[in-house]
Parts: sequence; structure tokens; C-alpha cells
Amino acid sequence: MMRLPPFTYVAPRTVRDAVAALREHGADAMLVAGGTDLYPNMKRRQFEPKVLVGLGGVAEMRGVRGSARDGFTIGAGTTLSALARHPDIVRHYPGLATAAGLVSSPQLRNMGTIGGNLCVDTRCNYYNQSFAWRKAIGFCMKKDGEICLVAPGSPRCWAVSSSDVAPVAWSLGAKVRLVGPAGERVIPAEALYRDDGIQYLAKQPNEILTALLLPPADGRRSAYMKLRRRGSFDFPVLGVAVSVRMDGETVREARIVLGAVASQPREATKASAALVGRQLTPEAIDAAAEAAAGPSKPLDNTDFTHPYRKKMTRVFVARALRRIAGLPVSGRVEEELA
Amino acid sequence: MKIRLELTVNEETREVLVAPHKTLLEVLREDLGLTGTKHGCELGECGTCTVLVDGAPVLSCLALPAELQGRAIATVEGMAGGGQLHPLQQAFAELGAAQCGYCTPGVLLTAQSLLSERPTPTREEIREALAGNLCRCTGYTKILDAVELASLRMAEVAR
Ligand SMILES: Cc1cc2nc3c(=O)[nH]c(=O)nc-3n(C[C@H](O)[C@H](O)[C@H](O)COP(=O)(O)OP(=O)(O)OC[C@H]3O[C@@H](n4cnc5c(N)ncnc54)[C@H](O)[C@@H]3O)c2cc1C
Ligand code: SF4
Ligand code: FES
Ligand code: FES
Repeated sequence: MMRLPPFTYVAPRTVRDAVAALREHGADAMLVAGGTDLYPNMKRRQFEPKVLVGLGGVAEMRGVRGSARDGFTIGAGTTLSALARHPDIVRHYPGLATAAGLVSSPQLRNMGTIGGNLCVDTRCNYYNQSFAWRKAIGFCMKKDGEICLVAPGSPRCWAVSSSDVAPVAWSLGAKVRLVGPAGERVIPAEALYRDDGIQYLAKQPNEILTALLLPPADGRRSAYMKLRRRGSFDFPVLGVAVSVRMDGETVREARIVLGAVASQPREATKASAALVGRQLTPEAIDAAAEAAAGPSKPLDNTDFTHPYRKKMTRVFVARALRRIAGLPVSGRVEEELA
Repeated sequence: MKIRLELTVNEETREVLVAPHKTLLEVLREDLGLTGTKHGCELGECGTCTVLVDGAPVLSCLALPAELQGRAIATVEGMAGGGQLHPLQQAFAELGAAQCGYCTPGVLLTAQSLLSERPTPTREEIREALAGNLCRCTGYTKILDAVELASLRMAEVAR
């Protein structure tokens, strides 16, 4: 039996008490929500917190509130299953519901939360391995080692941002609410991330992500596409999130954000800009898809070859935009490779 | 240090004294003697350890008992009642939907949860619901057949 390392478990009932628990235990403590990312990592000894502060009992962090007109507040403790089938989210933010519904497996979506998904650890073939495996190969700098095994000359870790929801939150222009000892702040979703495989979050470890704040739906159309080997269980090795607002037939605003191509989600700004002021014609879509492949620079540290993942960026951006435009989509509409 | 917990398993209240870092899977198998719940990957990657919590399938290898006090936990041991197999178990036995049987407890519980929400699911809905349960033996076809058969029989009885 693969067991968790020993810890003390603290179960606060309010955000305030959770903040206090983090303050009391300092660097010894970690937050846990669904545990579907943290517990496997702890079993592999990638984290060994002495104290776990469990957010499961914090009722104020659960649930979806709001309206299409004013936007929605999604409590960070809301499960991915609940989000994926929430009628308002399915209707007004289909990209978000799709992404939540494509995470891992049904059981994991019943346990995993939206907050945990936004904060999910970065991944790498040399990191997501048992302790014995990592020891045998000599460890890497993300945990217990000195160098990067993917890019040995590199001063930094290139582990891959693997959240399905993060690129969607970014593309929608969503915000996150963070609560820490110094109070509360609201930042754009994109400001939550850093381009570093180890310090991949810009928030402080003692800050709790309490909610994801969606802007008013306002005619926004969105889609998400995910590349992975199997149609279930697997993390994305490429995620494409697209959000578009139209003025009649003309694109008023477009945001294309790529997941799993770097240590943080990456916005394809040129591709987005190329769409603004144009109609969503097949030609405009192909041009944007071509431009989106530029910032997609996957490394050779996940499933599939990195040139293939880069190539699929163009294909998936085109399919996502065609879907939004109501054009026929060739090939698989979403997710896995058959 | 151990903690005292009260868990409701298969509608019975059970008291355990366990270390806080023991997962539900470990507590079920090692402290409660309920070895029907199997351990496979222990990392969330196979689904064989699936149990139901308040009717929904979750992975016991990644669940902490401390979080589950007051919730209804169901394991495969609770499926048969009064000397009668559950219709799903009956259908699995008849159609050979269990080969080595290692994935079977998790599959049965996941299917039970599906049928309680959707008594007559389509084949596609069954596939979707079982997308978190790996089986190395059957190739899945017989599992899908057996869930369909059980759902038809249960609908018949309900009618
Ligand atoms: C087999 C398998 C497949 C998976 N596939 C996918 C996949 O396809 N796509 C995907 O995106 N993920 C996948 N995951 C990862 C994980 O299941 C999801 O990302 C899930 O949403 C994580 O949520 P959680 O509540 O379980 O997080 P936890 O494990 O509880 O936490 C994850 C991290 O976030 C921190 N954290 C949690 N909540 C908060 C909060 N409110 N504020 C601040 N920090 C917080 C924790 O400290 C921890 O570092 C997979 C996991 C497994 C085991
Ligand atoms: S990118 Fe390099 S340092 Fe980071 S996890 Fe992979 S091998 Fe380790
Ligand atoms: S043992 Fe729990 S998912 Fe494999
Ligand atoms: S019957 Fe052997 S794993 Fe499913």
C-alpha cells in the first residue's frame, strides 16, 4: 500500500479560520481541497507538509452565485462535476463547462475543486514519478535535485502548466479572489500565474483562493479543446481556450489562450488581434490559427512529441474558432486523439 | 497521534481510532476489515478503489476519513441484501462481465450510482459514467452489456 506521509489535519469552518491556521503553522502547512492533485504528490513524496489545512468544511467557499447579466461568482470549493453541469455555466460559458467536464475522470471530478484546479501543480515526465524512480535518475531541481533533466543547462524548471480550467479562466477575462493575512484582493486570472515550473503561482502560500469571478456573459461565445492520449484520466498535453465577443457579424473582442505549452497558460495575442474587426470566415480563422502556433512552444517533457503538440495548436485553434462561428468542424470536435 | 472517527459505512455506524493520514481505502481494508474495496494504483489513476459517498462515486485512495464523518459511505459489501445479489451483480455474473474481478467492485458501485440517477441510461451515458474505471480484462463490452441488462430488469421491477 502506498501511504501518505504523516501529518496533522486541521479542518476550519470559515475562510477566516483557515487563514488563521495557515498563519499559525507557517511554512509547515499546506492547503488541501479535493486532494486529487496534492495526495498523489504527497504519496510520491513531492510534498511532505506537517500540517494540512482542509478546505472541505468551509461552506462559504462552495456554490455558484450570480447572473448572466452581472457575472458569476464560483466558490473555489465547488466541485468540477457541479460546475460542468451547472445550467447557467453550460449555457453562458460553455468553454468553462467543457473544460471542467474534461478534467481527469468522473470520480476525480466529484472530488476535485475549481480552486484546486486553478492551483494544480505543474507537470513533467521527470517529476510525476515515484520517489524511487526519481532517486534512481538522480532527482531534478523541482524536488530534491539540482539540475533540470529536460534542459540540463537551464537555470529554471520547465514543468508544464496542466490545468484545463486556467486557460479558460484567462480567456474569459475572469478574476480570482485571494484572501490572506493582509486581507482580500482580486486579481485577473492571468496574474495568478508565473512562467516558472516551480514557483508557478504569483500568490503567496498563505493566501487562499476563495472564488473565481466571471465577467457578465454579454454575448460572449467560448469553447475549449483538449489534446490527450485517452479520452479520460489524462491531463491535457495541449489545451485551447477561445472566447469571442461579436458586434453583429464582426469580432469585437477575441482571446485565445493555450494550456500545457509552457509553465503557465500562454495567450496567443497576435492571433487574437488578427481576428478583431473581421468576420469569422474560414480564411480569418485559418490566419488566426497559424498565428497562434507561434507562441506555442511545448517542451519535450509530456506525452506526445513536442513538434506534434505544436502542430496540433494550429489545428485545435481552428477547430475551436470554427465551432464558435458555427462552421462545420472536421475531425474530432474535442479532446482526445483516437 | 490517532484520532477517533465515526463513519457511516453501508448504513452502519462504525467507530475507528486511526492515524489522520490514513486514507479511506486503508481504513476500510485495514481497520474495518472491508476488503471488497480493492487497491490498484493508489494514485487516482484506475478507479478500482471507488466507493460511494452520499451516492456519488469517489476514489477511496484519495479520500480522508476525517472529511467524511456524517456522510453515507457505501462499499461493495453493502450491495447484496437479504441473501439476494443486487441486479447489477446478478447481471455481471450471468454475462461474464467480471473476469479477474479486480475492477468489479468499483465498476458495480459506479454503475449503481448511475442507475440511481438515470434508471435507463443510453449506452453512451454508461460509457461516460464508467470512464473512470479501468478494466484490464474484459474489453468493457460485457460490462456495458451487463449494466444495460441490469437497468432493464430494474426498470421492469419498478414498473
Ligand atoms: C489521474 C489524474 C488525472 C488528472 N487529470 C487532470 C486533468 O485532465 N486536468 C486537470 O486540470 N487536472 C487533472 N488532475 C488534477 C486534479 O484532479 C485537478 O486539477 C483537480 O481540480 C484539483 O483540485 P483539488 O481540489 O483536488 O486540488 P488539491 O489536490 O486539493 O490541491 C491542489 C493544489 O492547489 C492548492 N489549493 C487547493 N485549493 C486551494 C485554494 N482554495 N486556495 C489556494 N490553494 C489551493 C493545494 O494546496 C495544492 O497545492 C488529475 C489528477 C489525477 C490524479
Ligand atoms: S522541467 Fe526540469 S526541473 Fe522541471 S520537473 Fe522537469 S526535469 Fe525537473
Ligand atoms: S487505487 Fe484508487 S484510483 Fe487506483
Ligand atoms: S475484470 Fe479484470 S480488471 Fe476488470
